[in-house]
Amino acid sequence: MDLTLKIWRQKDAKSEGKMETYPIKDISEHSSFLEMLDVLNENLVNEGKEPVAFDHDCREGICGMCSLYINGEAHGPDRGVTTCQLHMRMFKNGDTIYIEPFRSKAFPVIKDLIVDRGSFDRIQHAGGFISVNTSGNTQDANALPIPKPDADKAMDAATCIGCGACVATCKNSSAMLFVAAKVSQYSYLPQGQIERKERVLNMVEQMDKEGFGNCTNTGACEVECPKGISLEFIARMNREYFGASIVSEK
Amino acid sequence: MSKLDSKIPEGPLKDKWTNYKNHIDLVNPANKRNIDIIVVGTGLAGGSAAASLAEMGYNVKAFCYQDSPRRAHSIAAQGGINAAKNYQNDGDSTYRLFYDTVKGGDYRAREANVYRLAEVSANIIDQCVAQGVPFAREYGGLLDNRSFGGVLVSRTFYAKGQTGQQLLLGAYSAMNRQIGKGKIKMYNRHEMLDLVLVDGKARGIIARNLVTGEVERHSAHAVVIASGGYGNVFFLSTNAMGSNVSAAWKVHKKGAFFANPCYTQIHPTCIPRSGEYQSKLTLMSESLRNDGRIWVPKKMEDVKAIREKKIKPTDLKEEDRDYYLERRYPAYGNLVPRDVASRAAKERCDAGYGVNATGEAVYLDFSTAIQRYGREKANMLGLENPTAEKITQLGEEVIEAKYGNLFQMYEKIVDENPYKTPMMIYPAVHYTMGGIWVDYNLMTTIPGCYAAGEANFSDHGANRLGASALMQGLADGYFVLPYTIGGYLSNEIRTGKIPTNLPEFDAAEKEVTERLEKLINNKGTKSVDYFHKKLGKIMWDYVGMARNEAGLKKAMDEIAQIREEFWKDVFVPGGMNELNPELEKAGRVADFLELGELFAVDALHRNESCGGHFREESVETGGEQEGEAKRDDVNFKYVAAWEYTGNPREAVLHKEELTFNDIELKQRSYK
Repeated sequence: MDLTLKIWRQKDAKSEGKMETYPIKDISEHSSFLEMLDVLNENLVNEGKEPVAFDHDCREGICGMCSLYINGEAHGPDRGVTTCQLHMRMFKNGDTIYIEPFRSKAFPVIKDLIVDRGSFDRIQHAGGFISVNTSGNTQDANALPIPKPDADKAMDAATCIGCGACVATCKNSSAMLFVAAKVSQYSYLPQGQIERKERVLNMVEQMDKEGFGNCTNTGACEVECPKGISLEFIARMNREYFGASIVSEK
Repeated sequence: MSKLDSKIPEGPLKDKWTNYKNHIDLVNPANKRNIDIIVVGTGLAGGSAAASLAEMGYNVKAFCYQDSPRRAHSIAAQGGINAAKNYQNDGDSTYRLFYDTVKGGDYRAREANVYRLAEVSANIIDQCVAQGVPFAREYGGLLDNRSFGGVLVSRTFYAKGQTGQQLLLGAYSAMNRQIGKGKIKMYNRHEMLDLVLVDGKARGIIARNLVTGEVERHSAHAVVIASGGYGNVFFLSTNAMGSNVSAAWKVHKKGAFFANPCYTQIHPTCIPRSGEYQSKLTLMSESLRNDGRIWVPKKMEDVKAIREKKIKPTDLKEEDRDYYLERRYPAYGNLVPRDVASRAAKERCDAGYGVNATGEAVYLDFSTAIQRYGREKANMLGLENPTAEKITQLGEEVIEAKYGNLFQMYEKIVDENPYKTPMMIYPAVHYTMGGIWVDYNLMTTIPGCYAAGEANFSDHGANRLGASALMQGLADGYFVLPYTIGGYLSNEIRTGKIPTNLPEFDAAEKEVTERLEKLINNKGTKSVDYFHKKLGKIMWDYVGMARNEAGLKKAMDEIAQIREEFWKDVFVPGGMNELNPELEKAGRVADFLELGELFAVDALHRNESCGGHFREESVETGGEQEGEAKRDDVNFKYVAAWEYTGNPREAVLHKEELTFNDIELKQRSYK
C-alpha cells in the first residue's frame, strides 16, 4: 500500500518542532507499524537524510518502550496492542497517517517522537516496592496461601507495562491508571499490607509533584491501555488513599 | 598455574557452596560504604545484582541503554522459572534439577555451578513471593506449576505468559527502593563503550549518554557485566532490537576470554517469518507444548493443497497427520528439549513438508487439548450429555485462561484465530549459552570484572532447558554474586575512591571517541542495517541450525569481508553530540561483525554435535539413535575459552576440561 505520513520532527528538547510530510510506497499489509517506519528510515538514510527517532525495543508488546500517538490515538487504531504490535492491515491504501509523540507536561519531548518518561520511574522510587532485602532465609513461598481471586487481581494490575498511553490519551494528562495499577497490585497481597498506607500516600504525592493532572473518570485510559488495565483499580486507589489519609500520621 | 582456574571449591558436590560461603572473606558494613560497584545491564541478572549489592551497603551505579531499567529484555520471557521445590510431590529434588540441567546441556556445563544453581533455585521463588510477584496459584491458595521441555516433573512457576515481566518488575521494585535511598545511582539511556583497566584490574567504564552524546568516565572497585546475550548477530531473532554484544565484546577485547560462542539456542516455537521488511521474530512460549501437538501432513499432496489454500489443516483426518515428535520420541513426545524439537522441525521442512508459502512452518495444534479440557470442565460442572459446541467452548475457555495473551499476540501478528486453526511455527534464534568465561565466583579472566546471567557462559552447557534462563539470571544476581564479589572486594577496602583522571581513563576515552568519530565521518553509501542483514543471512545459512566445515569456512571469509566493507562504506547520519540511534546501531553492528567470525571459528573447531551445536559431520549412523546428534566426549569434553589477539580469526584457544564426578556421561536419549 502507498501512504502519506505526517510526522512530528523536533531536533531536541529545546528546539521547536513541526509536522513534516513523507510519502511512502509499497508497504506490506502484514508488516507492523514500526517495520513501516523502519522502511521510511532506511529510505531517509539512503537519501542521506536524518531518520525519524522513535523509542522501541522488544517489539512484542511487553517492554513498554514504544509509544506514538497515531491519528489521535495512543498506540493507534487497534485495541489491546502497543504500537509495535499494530499491523498495517489496520490502514487502507492511500491513507494519510499522523504520527506524534505522547504529549504531556510530565513527558517532555527529547527528540522527534521520543519522550522522557522518567517521571514514571520517580513515582515508583517513592513507593513502588515491598521493603524486603534479598535473603536466603525468606519464609517458604507456600507458607502464606493467597486466595486465587486475590492473586489473579494482583496479576491483572501488575500487567501494566508503564508505556504511558494512559497519560497521553487523558485530557488531564493524569497518571492515575499507572499509579493505581501498582498500588492495587500490592494491596491485594498479604506481603503488601505493612506499607500499604504509606505507599499510596507517597506515590500519589510524587505523582502530583511530577505535574500529572487529576482523574475526572472519562475512562479514556482504560480504552487505550494496551494491557486492558481496568478503571476499577483507580476506584480502589481512591479508596486506599482516603483510608490512608484519615489514619496516617504523615 | 594455568590461565584458566575455575576455582571450584573442594569437597562433596552438595557441600561445596555451603562450605565456600562459610569461609569466604567478608567486607564489614562500614567499609562497604566506601566501595563502588558498576553494574551494566538491568535485566534479571543485573537488576537483582544491583538491588542486592545496594542492600548490602555497597554504592552501586547501574547502566542501561533503555529509558528505564524496567524495559530490559528479560521482561519478554514468557513461560516460567524452574525451582526444585517439589510442591507437586512428583519426585523433584535439587539433585534432579541439577541432573536435568547438565543432561539437557548435553554434558558441557560445569557440575559445581549447576548444582549451586539448583540449590538456590528454591530461594528465588521465596524471595520473589516476598517481593509481591503474583505467581499463578491454585484454588487452595498455593503456587501452581507447569511442565517444560526435557524434564519429567512439574517444577516451573509462572505468572500467566508474562513470567519474565513479573520477575523483572520484582527486581526493578527492589532497585527502586535503593534508588530512592540513593544507594543505586541509575544511568538510563547510557551505553557502556569500553572497560577501563588500571594495573590489570577492572576499575571503571567509558559510557555514552545516549541523549546528549556525551562520553563519560565512571570508576568503581568492580564491574559487573550483565548485558545479556548476542542472538542479534543473526539480525532476526527473538531478542529486543537493542540487544547487543558490545559490553561483553569490549570486555573480551580487554582480556576476558569468551567461552563457547557457537552454543546458540534455536527455539522451536516462533512465528514464521513473513517478508523482507521483517525486523524481529516473535516467540510463542514453550509452555504451549504442554497442550499443543506438533505435526505436518503425512502426504505430500496434502502439503501442496494446504499451500495452495485448497484445503485447511483442520480438514485433515487424524491418520493423515504426522505428529513427528510423538513418533520419533515417544518418551518425551512434544516436550523434548528445544534443540531436538528445532532440528526435527527443520528435518520435516527440509524434506518438503513445510506448511506455509515459504515451506518453513509446522503446525502447533490445540484441538486435542481443547476437547480434553472441555470434557473435564463439563464433568466438573455436572453437565449431562453436553453438545460438541459446548465442550469446545468450555475447552477454549480453559486454554484462554492458560495462554490467553500468547493466543492474542499470535492473532495480532498472523491474522488467524489459533483457537480454531492450528498455529504455524518455525524455529528462530532465541538465546546464547556461550558468553564471557567466568570462574566459580562469576569473575572473568580480568580481576574485578564479573559477568552474570546470559552474558556469561556458565550453567547451560550446549543447550538451555526451558524456564532456566530466569532461574540463572536471578540466581547469579540475588544469591551468587553478592557473596562471591565480597571475597574480591575484601582486598579493596584500603584502595579509596578511584579517580577518573588517570591516564588509563584518558586512553580509553580517546579510543572510544575516535571510533565514534570514524563512524560519523565515514560518509559511505550504505546503511547500518544493510550490513547487519547481510551478516545475519550468512550466520543463519552457515552457522545456524546445522553446520559443516565448508560452510563455516565460507562464513568466516565472508564475515571478514563484510567487516572490511562496513568500515569502508557505512553511512551514519547525524552527529555525535546528540541522540543518534543510527550511531548506536553502527557501534553494535561493528562488534557483531567481529563476534560473528569468532562464532564461526568456534563452531568449526568443535567437530562434534552437542546440544544446540549440530555438525553435519557428526551424527549417529546406525541403531536406535540413527540420525541423532553424536557427541564426542573423548575429544571435546571441555569449555572452549578464546583469548583475543587482535583478529577474531587468530583468537587463542584455552581449554577448561570438564570433569563429571556426580553424573554419568550418557548419550542424551529422549526416545
